[in-house]
Amino acid sequence: MDRSGMNVRVMCRVNGANVTIEAHPMMRLLDALRSKLRLTGTKEGCGEGECGACAVLVDGDLVNSCLFPLLHAEGTAITTIEGVAAGGRLHAVQEAFLACGGAQCGICTPGMVLAAITLLERNPNPTEAEVKAGLAGNLCRCTGYMRIFEAVVSACRR
Amino acid sequence: MISAPFDYHRPSSLAEALSLLARHGDDARVLAGGHSLVPAMKLRLAEPRVLVDLSRVAELRGISEKDGRIVIGAMTTHAELASSSFLAAKCPLLTETAPQIGDIQVRNKGTIGGSLAHADPAADWPPVALALDAEMEVAGPSGSRMIAAAGFFTDIMQTALRPGEVLRAIRVRPTGPSVAYVKTEQKASGFALCGVAVVVDRAANRVSVAITGIAATPFRASQVERALEGGPLTAERIGEAARVAAAGAQLLSDMHGSADYRAHLAQVNVRRAIVRASART
Ligand SMILES: Cc1cc2nc3c(=O)[nH]c(=O)nc-3n(C[C@H](O)[C@H](O)[C@H](O)COP(=O)(O)OP(=O)(O)OC[C@H]3O[C@@H](n4cnc5c(N)ncnc54)[C@H](O)[C@@H]3O)c2cc1C
Ligand code: FES
Ligand code: FES
Repeated sequence: MDRSGMNVRVMCRVNGANVTIEAHPMMRLLDALRSKLRLTGTKEGCGEGECGACAVLVDGDLVNSCLFPLLHAEGTAITTIEGVAAGGRLHAVQEAFLACGGAQCGICTPGMVLAAITLLERNPNPTEAEVKAGLAGNLCRCTGYMRIFEAVVSACRR
Repeated sequence: MISAPFDYHRPSSLAEALSLLARHGDDARVLAGGHSLVPAMKLRLAEPRVLVDLSRVAELRGISEKDGRIVIGAMTTHAELASSSFLAAKCPLLTETAPQIGDIQVRNKGTIGGSLAHADPAADWPPVALALDAEMEVAGPSGSRMIAAAGFFTDIMQTALRPGEVLRAIRVRPTGPSVAYVKTEQKASGFALCGVAVVVDRAANRVSVAITGIAATPFRASQVERALEGGPLTAERIGEAARVAAAGAQLLSDMHGSADYRAHLAQVNVRRAIVRASART
């Protein structure tokens, strides 16, 4: 995509590690993560900001990496789905998605898990309406959502 | 894939941004949260050759109070507006509207200035700016000027901003609690099929009503406002006034909703918004 030859070096932290990415400043963060860093857990669904499959955390805020210019990532700390499990142990939200059947094809799951994690960090005991509002930017075409909502509720109890 | 611009700048002051815009003229566009511009570039609806990224211009961000006005920097995100306790107390229409925009991800990146400058006919901030009689503080090559919201939205996705100008801040007067924003959204994006912003000014005995999503530009429903003049806000008078909500408007009609459907939504949402606002005391 870089037709201008004006690459920049962007330094940031991804899943706790310092990285330097050399690319066009308007490269999508999604492409930088997937093709430069080979972190292919982050998925592309719509590419238009509507589905949340590409969602990652930038300085703790959920954003859609398909509309996020790489240069806006400079100096930030990014968490992708690869950075959620710690020391070989799944995060409580991931365990709950497994236990409740909250993942089927898996395309929405990375974004959904990150959305659930930020939701629970801000609001450890959300009501059902708050769970729905917290996941409103993440579409799922498989599960019908109920099992995902159940997973979030059961993750709070863990 | 985004069509790559030839040149990208990230100034750290407004003065620097303005001089870059002056230097590159029509080739340049400013980049705020990118949540309208990046999709437009992807579709080749916008192909700027030079991008001037405002994300490092600190003076464009934040909420303050000056000379009895609330001043909101153009680069303030929807999420920052939604969570401001200062605004919840001083201008609750802003904190009621912000969480109704898009979803969490959109609110974390999208800015109020980007939304107003983009002037999408289905956007939520434009009717709010109109109902609040906001003033747009604009910085340009020959200094600053103020544009009243009423004169800002000139056509579909067109504003009174001139080439080389940057929307710096939005200024509004504090209001009481009698406000409401009621919207019917497109299910996928969250954009307004019809959104109605209402401010009831009890001291002046006046109701301001603005509508988005149903015409090429958002507009003040002045016929509704006039029908409510000089009398109490009873359910009957509100219902009667709401019938002229879309009167005279050149209604949009597309795959999201026919003109008739939009006119109907306008009547219903105008009534609901005035009832809700007037019940808040
Ligand atoms: C999936 C999705 C759902 C959405 N849902 C809604 C919704 O429900 N309601 C709603 O209102 N909006 C919605 N939006 C739009 C969103 O609010 C955008 O963030 C907003 O319209 C543009 O703001 P931005 O900061 O992203 O601007 P950008 O995309 O960076 O810029 C938009 C345009 O404004 C210009 N511009 C930006 N800042 C300035 C400035 N300070 N001075 C002069 N010109 C400037 C740019 O040059 C560009 O032409 C949605 C967007 C997406 C992707
Ligand atoms: S791929 Fe980014 S929101 Fe759908
Ligand atoms: S599991 Fe397939 S889209 Fe959600």
